[in-house]
Amino acid sequence: MSESMSSATETFDCRDIFAATLEEMAAEDQRICAVVNDSVGSTKLGGFRRRFPERFVNVGIAEQNMVGASAGLASGGMIPFCCGASCFLTARAMEQVKVDLGYAQNNVKLCGMSSGLAYGELGPTHHSIEDLAWTRVIPNLSVVVPADPVETRSALQWARDNDGPVFLRLSRMPVPRLFPDDHRFIPGQAPVLRDGGDLTIFANGVLVFRALEAAVRLGRRGILARVINMSSITPLDREAVLRAARETGAILTVEEASIYGGLGGAVCEIVAEEHPVRVRRMGVPGVFAPTGSEAFLLEHFGLTAEGIESAAADLVRQRRAP
Amino acid sequence: MLICIFMQKQFVESDLRWFPCKNNFHRPLAVQSRNWVVTMRETTATEDLLRRLTLAARRVRMRALQMVHHARIGHPGGDFSAADILVALYLGVLRLRPSDPSWPDRDRFVLSKGHCSAALYATLAEAGFFEEKVLGTFMDPLSILNGHPDRKKVPGVEANTGPLGHGLPLATGMALAARMKKAAWRTFVLTGDGELQEGSNWEAGLCAAQYGLDNLVLIVDRNGIQQGDFVEKIIRMDPMADKWRSFGWQVAEVNGHDFGELLCVLGSSPLLPGKPTCIVANTVKGRGVSFMENNPKWHHHVPTDKELALALAELEGAER
Repeated sequence: MSESMSSATETFDCRDIFAATLEEMAAEDQRICAVVNDSVGSTKLGGFRRRFPERFVNVGIAEQNMVGASAGLASGGMIPFCCGASCFLTARAMEQVKVDLGYAQNNVKLCGMSSGLAYGELGPTHHSIEDLAWTRVIPNLSVVVPADPVETRSALQWARDNDGPVFLRLSRMPVPRLFPDDHRFIPGQAPVLRDGGDLTIFANGVLVFRALEAAVRLGRRGILARVINMSSITPLDREAVLRAARETGAILTVEEASIYGGLGGAVCEIVAEEHPVRVRRMGVPGVFAPTGSEAFLLEHFGLTAEGIESAAADLVRQRRAP
Repeated sequence: MLICIFMQKQFVESDLRWFPCKNNFHRPLAVQSRNWVVTMRETTATEDLLRRLTLAARRVRMRALQMVHHARIGHPGGDFSAADILVALYLGVLRLRPSDPSWPDRDRFVLSKGHCSAALYATLAEAGFFEEKVLGTFMDPLSILNGHPDRKKVPGVEANTGPLGHGLPLATGMALAARMKKAAWRTFVLTGDGELQEGSNWEAGLCAAQYGLDNLVLIVDRNGIQQGDFVEKIIRMDPMADKWRSFGWQVAEVNGHDFGELLCVLGSSPLLPGKPTCIVANTVKGRGVSFMENNPKWHHHVPTDKELALALAELEGAER
């Protein structure tokens, strides 16, 4: 585990700011409603249900209907936030996500909770590491992986204002605050958190702070890593990727997801077509993860500050080799 | 000619709703009779309406078959079983403004069996949502008339359907939206009977009953045939009405080709406060052309030139 930042800094479960922001928005806007699949506790929407019972729909354990009915609510003029564990919300209702949301452009905000390896001990049935690959290929669907509480709040507000379907991939893993209060999530714009010229690390979600820690450690070894927060998977900041390729010559992608099809896949597609440089993808490497806590599994797959540092150093070494 | 008035016993005079009905209307509806008072009155106006609908349905069938013949692909059997239901809805039941398709207070209709798009498009043209000549572009490259309906392209279409089992969840959400917005519009959704093999329908069925969506009406086009064979030979869906009843829905059964019954029951729907309504419409696949009727082949058979000519002649000469 990374120690320096997480032990020294207060951490936050982003579901708290998620629930608070949703309630706040619902108080301001009568169109906002919540749809859950018997997941009131894990989505932390008990408060929403108490305050806005007439705008709270619990469809029971039924994800196809959850997404389909959300599309109907949107078509009827509401702004539904459709919330459930990401593994079920996406996989179980994928055709509804494709047809009723992406194709029909219904204004639904999918909130995939406890994504990635959050349900570590429960096993691969409950890991949601495929969700980015699945959602990324659906036209009209924005895909967002916020990195901290400030960005979670901003992404929710953006989702409310953006007329179109959105997949917000949220986690329950506590993360430190990375952004100042006035940070705004802007789709298709990947902010540089730390600049450097030796390689670029693209990270999102709960791994951004680990990537930043890795960059600090790399700095001590004389390797200057650029760290970019790629919370906006769709649309993707192509220019940030191409600048990274041109200016730093090597790219490391870091995500709490399969290395196939998600952030790593998206970056590789652009780099391979437009400006080939060496890319290394970190994530879950095409296997079903073993049992263990989220912290254990992240360590198992090298998704720690040390692991990212080591992979980055290797990458730079390979690039510099003749 | 008669008008029948369906009235719930607890309704007051101002809640009376008047609906035209065929003079040979005699079968008691499968609604619980203790909840209803049915009276009938003489009128001549209804005859005109029934004649208008009959002619419109004939044109819808003829155009749908021509469209399938033109596109060399389509689902004429299901188009024909649903044609009378669609015409009854669009020309007799739904509150719509064809010149203003996104009028906020309109009734919603979702064609869940989206493969029967030819009948839907022909009905929308009949109702005045777009010009009839557009039908000639059915499934042509870049036409607005996809093989399955697209709400972003076709005026009057509420939902993108095609994969089965999407319509009822969508309609359930629409009905929930109306309730949240305290709006008076109703939501109607038409599914096939084979389509109800998709589990998503039953997820929505449970939800609609739990929330007591008495602004939601499901119509089952019960033609008894799915793509591969008769429904009962694939996965049996009987007893259809009992299934919905046991899920907590108010159920009525009608002859899906009898405009009198369709107008009475669809016009009176939703049937009861506090419950979603399911209308099991007993239909015949391929209805209207003798050699198409009740034959699984016509689920997606494209008529030859000769078959088209014979079918059009038969429809043209039909008395009913």
